[in-house]
Amino acid sequence: MPDVKIRKFVTIVEDILHEGGPIASIPPRRACILAVIENPFAGKYYAEIASFMDDLKPLGLDMARRLIAAFGGDAKIVEGYGKGAIVGEAGEIEHGALWHAPGGYAMRDALGGAKAIVASTKKVGGPGTRLDIPVTHINASYVRSHLDAMEVGVPDAPRAREIVLALVMTTGARVHARAGGLEAAAVKGEDGLR
Amino acid sequence: MKAKIRKIVTFVDETLTEQGKAISPPLRRAAAVAVIENPFAGIYQEDLSPLIDIGEELGGLLAERAVAALGIAGGDVQSYGKAAAVGENGELEHAAAILHPKLGTPFRKVLGKGAALIPSSKKRGGLGVVLDVPLGHKDAAFVRSHFDGMEVRINDAPRANEIMVAVAVTSGGRPLPRVGGLKVSEIKGEDGLR
Repeated sequence: MPDVKIRKFVTIVEDILHEGGPIASIPPRRACILAVIENPFAGKYYAEIASFMDDLKPLGLDMARRLIAAFGGDAKIVEGYGKGAIVGEAGEIEHGALWHAPGGYAMRDALGGAKAIVASTKKVGGPGTRLDIPVTHINASYVRSHLDAMEVGVPDAPRAREIVLALVMTTGARVHARAGGLEAAAVKGEDGLR
Repeated sequence: MKAKIRKIVTFVDETLTEQGKAISPPLRRAAAVAVIENPFAGIYQEDLSPLIDIGEELGGLLAERAVAALGIAGGDVQSYGKAAAVGENGELEHAAAILHPKLGTPFRKVLGKGAALIPSSKKRGGLGVVLDVPLGHKDAAFVRSHFDGMEVRINDAPRANEIMVAVAVTSGGRPLPRVGGLKVSEIKGEDGLR
């Protein structure tokens, strides 16, 4: 079973005071943690890769905990989440898909059992590739105010034989949310959708 | 004049390995970036003292944010830098007014010390412009191991009438310095140079 070899972590935190409208009394916060790891499958086709998902679980939990620290350690104020991966050029998109299970499991666990599917995206790219990570409400994907995205990237990663793994959490609604739809206060929280 | 801040973004970059060699303790670099309204966008303003005052305000605010993100005491910061990117309706001189006259004093106050010139860069650009913040040792500009740079980027800034102002601090120099020059152990700390 391959070890997870980490080259670096990058954390990005955005506090949004306004976007042309009234200044928010509590500025919405979006935060992302990115881990740059070695791709154990770079340069060759391997039929069996799925066991690497288990190897990634401890890293996922560590990243989720680090990310919650960016919210002052208070998981209760986290209302939105998303995840993503960027695979370096010697890898394949399928390697990025290995992040779905451990990344999602880690955030749900760290947030005390969130119900909604964790929105995600992935791509193959070079160093500095940007990734728009989709964000949804942690318990009800249809909450329109919380549908958001955070653009992230690491200037010097992924190198060819690396993968960038990302988790995003937010405090919730867009700063001037006013496009209607299901409201967070109306979430039933049964099926992860509404 | 108080800066009209739209958002504040912090970046933390933690390097654990480089070229297969462990970096122990991991090297940390942090940047804090404010996106502010440019009060002089689209006009020629002879007296830039309001921007000079904004620089003084942001020097303290951003240094505190960056040091907090770095997770070490201000006095333990080893290198620093600053930079600004002016939106398309502004002028390079606006960046100069913020960065050079008064930003340094409150920045150094957060660090307790800082005899060396704070290396800086500036540019004009559109949304998502890449800003490279130069880094140098805070007490002796000639320390070669600490010549470095940190890239920051915010996808939705600077808008035409905005300015991005960045400060960066680190826990050390490059991960594997080996190009000689003045060493940290040789700093005299008298003139800010050696």
